Amino acid sequence: MSFLKIELVTKYFAGSNGNGDLCVFKDVHFNIEKGEFVAMVGHSGCGKSTLLNIIAGLETPTEGGIILDGKEVTTPGLDRMVVFQNFALMPWMTVYENIRIAVRAAYPGWDRERVREYVQQYIDMVGLTGDEHKKPAALSGGMRQRVGLARAFAVQPKVLLLDEPFAQIDALTRGAIQEELIRMWMATKNTVFMVTHDVDEAILLSDKIALMTNGPGAQLAEIIDVKIPRPRSREAIIENPEYTRIKKYVIHFLVERSRKIQEQGGMAVADRTVLAI
Amino acid sequence: MNGIDRVAKTKERQKVIISSLLFLVVVVLFWQLNTKPSVGGRTEGLPGPFLVAERAWEMIANPFYDRGPNDKGIGVQLVYSLGRMAVGYSVASVVAIFLGVILGLYPTLYRALNPYIQILKPISPLAWMPLFLYTIRDSAWAAVMVIFMSSLWPTLANTAFGVSSIKRDYLNVSSLLQISWFRRLFRVILPAAAPAIVAGLRISMGSAWIAIVAAEMLIGGTGIGYFVWNEWNNLQLTSVIFAILMIGTVGVLLDVGFARLAKVVTYTE
Repeated sequence: MSFLKIELVTKYFAGSNGNGDLCVFKDVHFNIEKGEFVAMVGHSGCGKSTLLNIIAGLETPTEGGIILDGKEVTTPGLDRMVVFQNFALMPWMTVYENIRIAVRAAYPGWDRERVREYVQQYIDMVGLTGDEHKKPAALSGGMRQRVGLARAFAVQPKVLLLDEPFAQIDALTRGAIQEELIRMWMATKNTVFMVTHDVDEAILLSDKIALMTNGPGAQLAEIIDVKIPRPRSREAIIENPEYTRIKKYVIHFLVERSRKIQEQGGMAVADRTVLAI
Repeated sequence: MNGIDRVAKTKERQKVIISSLLFLVVVVLFWQLNTKPSVGGRTEGLPGPFLVAERAWEMIANPFYDRGPNDKGIGVQLVYSLGRMAVGYSVASVVAIFLGVILGLYPTLYRALNPYIQILKPISPLAWMPLFLYTIRDSAWAAVMVIFMSSLWPTLANTAFGVSSIKRDYLNVSSLLQISWFRRLFRVILPAAAPAIVAGLRISMGSAWIAIVAAEMLIGGTGIGYFVWNEWNNLQLTSVIFAILMIGTVGVLLDVGFARLAKVVTYTE
């Protein structure tokens, strides 16, 4: 049985000023295996961040549900940690305190010394040694998201949810932090669901890429395998013919098919069922 | 900062100080010139700045004497006033922050109670005085209650606003981490709303200090407000003017404390 199951999830937003309810996406149905890295790509408004929030338990689905490790999840919990696009660090806390509050919550039985060592270990892991006592405002975007990653990994969740984690980081830093994420993921073998609209990022990081059609009323169109051997690096991957093929395919999907499928009134039910298997 | 900038800044500061002192000299001169000379030991009109300064010197030199109900040093009176403030203001602040956090966290409740808060807010705290005198039957505690009323609303309104506008992200992170409500309150909610809360506390402190003078004039007995009224009854205008200046000075000192606190709790995102 699959580790994380997204079961026919549909989300409507309540309409305003007499407008009917707005369907963001419907019948999204797929599975993620344990230790798998799955990225979801789609245009703005296809509801991919909403789906991530539903998995996190921060929003509720209109229909359908999420099953993690055999149990349905409806509320937030320590088994799912989110890395946010805008970092969501507490600005009144130092780097150290931001990670410590997560560690204390995740391991309530630990004594001070053990917590301190563990927090330090994760600070060192993301290369922020020496910046422990700085506030987030004193850090660059890349450094802030390193804190975000350290906080999420430190909790050792069953599933890591990345919500466009590098969208607000400048292009050069983004590459470095992506490789850091690969390193951390290889070390922990966490199950990861990432939402992004950066095709290169999706190919570099994931085992599978889920493609969403345009919203409103978006659907999961297909899931493609990324069969590029690991470990991957930004430098080596661009030489790989598979990389070029997938990139072309995904970009073609985003430019043409994502809109066409929506205009045709969505996909046939039969096509969607194939995906579910 | 380079040398030229520093020189410019020092010059700017010197200009400010000189202008400020010049202004003071002009005001004091104007005051002195409009004071009629004393006739046979009795002063017609307002006492001049030198008489006030002389009186101020006497009072400040010996602030803590106590020669019966109508003759106490300025320090003693200020301690009485500040003591009332401390009790009424502290209790009001705790109540206001507590209620403010609850209202801030539950928007429905906030909206339901907001009309009443809006009606209660503009009422002069002194208007409650008769009710307090009737119910508490103790004038000293009635004054404390006036301070309570005067320092409740700004803190309550600011806390509710500060808590209700905490960024969703911070609360989401708390939910994901399943942080206990106690730790969530002290580590997330209060620090996030702290700048707004301290701004409210600062306004409350100002209105409490304004209200105490009037309240003490009404209840009599002790305090800086009573001192002003008592000296007026004695026709000691030098003391009245001196007391007015003291009220202003203490008000500034209290405010400076809050400006410091505001700096500590402010954060940049």
